[in-house]
Amino acid sequence: MTGKALTGGKKYWMWIILLGAVTLAGSASYLLQLKFGLGITGMGRNVSWGLYISNFTFFVGVAASAVMVVLPYYLHNYKQFGKITVFGEFLAVSAVIMTILFIFVDLGQPSRVLNILRYPSPKSILFWDMIVLNVYLILNLVIGWQTLNAERKSEPQPKWIKLLVILSIPWAISIHTVTAFIYSGLEARPFWLTALLAPRFLASAFASGPSILILLCFIVKRLSGFDAGREAVQKIAQIIAYAMVINIFFFLVEIFTVFYSNVPEHSLSFHLLLFGISGRLMLSPWMWISIFLGWLSAILLVNPQTRKNDTILMAACIAIIVSIWIEKGLGLVVSGFIPSPLGEISKYVPTTHEIAITAGIYGIGLLVLTILLKIAVAVKKEADSS
Amino acid sequence: MLDRRKFLKIAGLSVAGIMLAPTLNIRDETLFANSSKQKPKHYSRKWAMVINLEACAKKPDCRDCIEACNIVHNIPDLSGPKEEVKWIWQTPYIAAFPEHINMVNREEVKNLPVTVLCNHCENPPCVKVCPTKATWKREDGIVMMDYHRCIGCRYCMAACPYGARSFNWFDPRLFLKTVNRGFPTRTRGVVEKCNFCEERLVRGLMPACVEACKENALVFGDLAAIDSDVRKILKQRHSFVRKPHLGAEPKVFYIL
Repeated sequence: MTGKALTGGKKYWMWIILLGAVTLAGSASYLLQLKFGLGITGMGRNVSWGLYISNFTFFVGVAASAVMVVLPYYLHNYKQFGKITVFGEFLAVSAVIMTILFIFVDLGQPSRVLNILRYPSPKSILFWDMIVLNVYLILNLVIGWQTLNAERKSEPQPKWIKLLVILSIPWAISIHTVTAFIYSGLEARPFWLTALLAPRFLASAFASGPSILILLCFIVKRLSGFDAGREAVQKIAQIIAYAMVINIFFFLVEIFTVFYSNVPEHSLSFHLLLFGISGRLMLSPWMWISIFLGWLSAILLVNPQTRKNDTILMAACIAIIVSIWIEKGLGLVVSGFIPSPLGEISKYVPTTHEIAITAGIYGIGLLVLTILLKIAVAVKKEADSS
Repeated sequence: MLDRRKFLKIAGLSVAGIMLAPTLNIRDETLFANSSKQKPKHYSRKWAMVINLEACAKKPDCRDCIEACNIVHNIPDLSGPKEEVKWIWQTPYIAAFPEHINMVNREEVKNLPVTVLCNHCENPPCVKVCPTKATWKREDGIVMMDYHRCIGCRYCMAACPYGARSFNWFDPRLFLKTVNRGFPTRTRGVVEKCNFCEERLVRGLMPACVEACKENALVFGDLAAIDSDVRKILKQRHSFVRKPHLGAEPKVFYIL
């Protein structure tokens, strides 16, 4: 099957070369970071996690969202998703690879990464996150590949694959729950110290990941003519609509407790995030963009008239991805560090190298996704025509 | 290399011999009433520090303790606040004790410089989050760092409620004016923090900051020993710790 990734038109190869170039540029910056240290990033003593960990958090959500097509198909026998479960699984594979890379580039001593295995520390949530992410990667790679293989040979799926699929459903929930626990278990950071964090993470993941999936369906249809089917896309759009509404609801619930109780250490971070301080806007314009796009897309997707228009649907999906990327990245990870435990209000601006390294990881993720989808579409088209 | 148990034994014996020779110490079980798990069967020290803020405030510009620490521990001098490495430093009173909102009306207290350092918590939040056990709590309460095991994930920095941990964003050796051969320098990409001068305690010396303070504002000793200096002060004076509501049980106490 791998050979199918090597047969493509001019556009395909140009895209592959472009992604390769972005990855190379990112690698060059990473070499610099290895040589001089993480000081070349915008992170510092107070804001000690930045763009890398923000993206890590966002893409764990994207990875987890595969469950939104897998679950209806396998548990509720929703046939319309049959054509795209593999897309969901392959999207999860590339997203998990990105999350692992984002953690890796964030390490000060990457050569010692295996210390996590050499000195297993079950009290550390990062230890568990490493386990759930790696297992999830293997699960999706095996399931996606085997499903496709069975499809190619027009055979039914082997039984053990069904077992793995069933396992992958709670596993998807676990990767984002454990990732939320990294933050929500820290007594030092009142901004993160809320039991609502894991549910919020899941709701936002089930909006942002499937949005990417819808865009992928449109792109694949345009480029290869493979149609996931209107009904499937519309069903995903409905899932996104309700996930987004729940996400907004969770945010408002959080805001209520924070501002009504007005416990200073809780409300200060939220105040800084939404309004800035003494004339300095800080991250607040970003947050309001995120809130605006979130509400707008929720309205557009809940309303059947706008949802059924493909152009509006695509725009709404893009709006959701941007909204949740801001909310999870800047809004959640960076804001947790402002103010610092000693009340210092620091600024965080990612540097060019940091952005290049991040872009490089996007390049790798897209490269993996492109190749996997290329194979999947080729196999599916063959199976359709025979 | 010494293993941890042997190391502790030597540390315990030598310090006991020099500092507390004449008295027989009885462990007070009521000390850590909140942490029932902290009840070793045999006697163990609990190192602690008391900082007298009035004594410290007598010389507002004094940096003796900070400089002594910096030299002894090869702490790099990176001027900017972004990459700065610090083990012991000063911060305004209200930043160290944000919950003491009642104190803002006392002008002389509000901006009183407070010396802060790692609290060597009884329930250290940094220790539980470390994915490689590169930071751990010894039996005598000192929260240690293994610079050779740390992978630089900085989870401990996110977890510390006191901002006591620093990361080496650059190669710290490039920013050292003098090198103390008696203490390791660090590499870039690892986290570090105050170690209560465990390398001096083992030789029967007081922590460098305590020794350097001419005002005797820093008092160090065994919290588990009923007649230690720290216990005596805590018995007589009203004392407080940073962010007690978090349950970390700091072992750096303040009196005012």
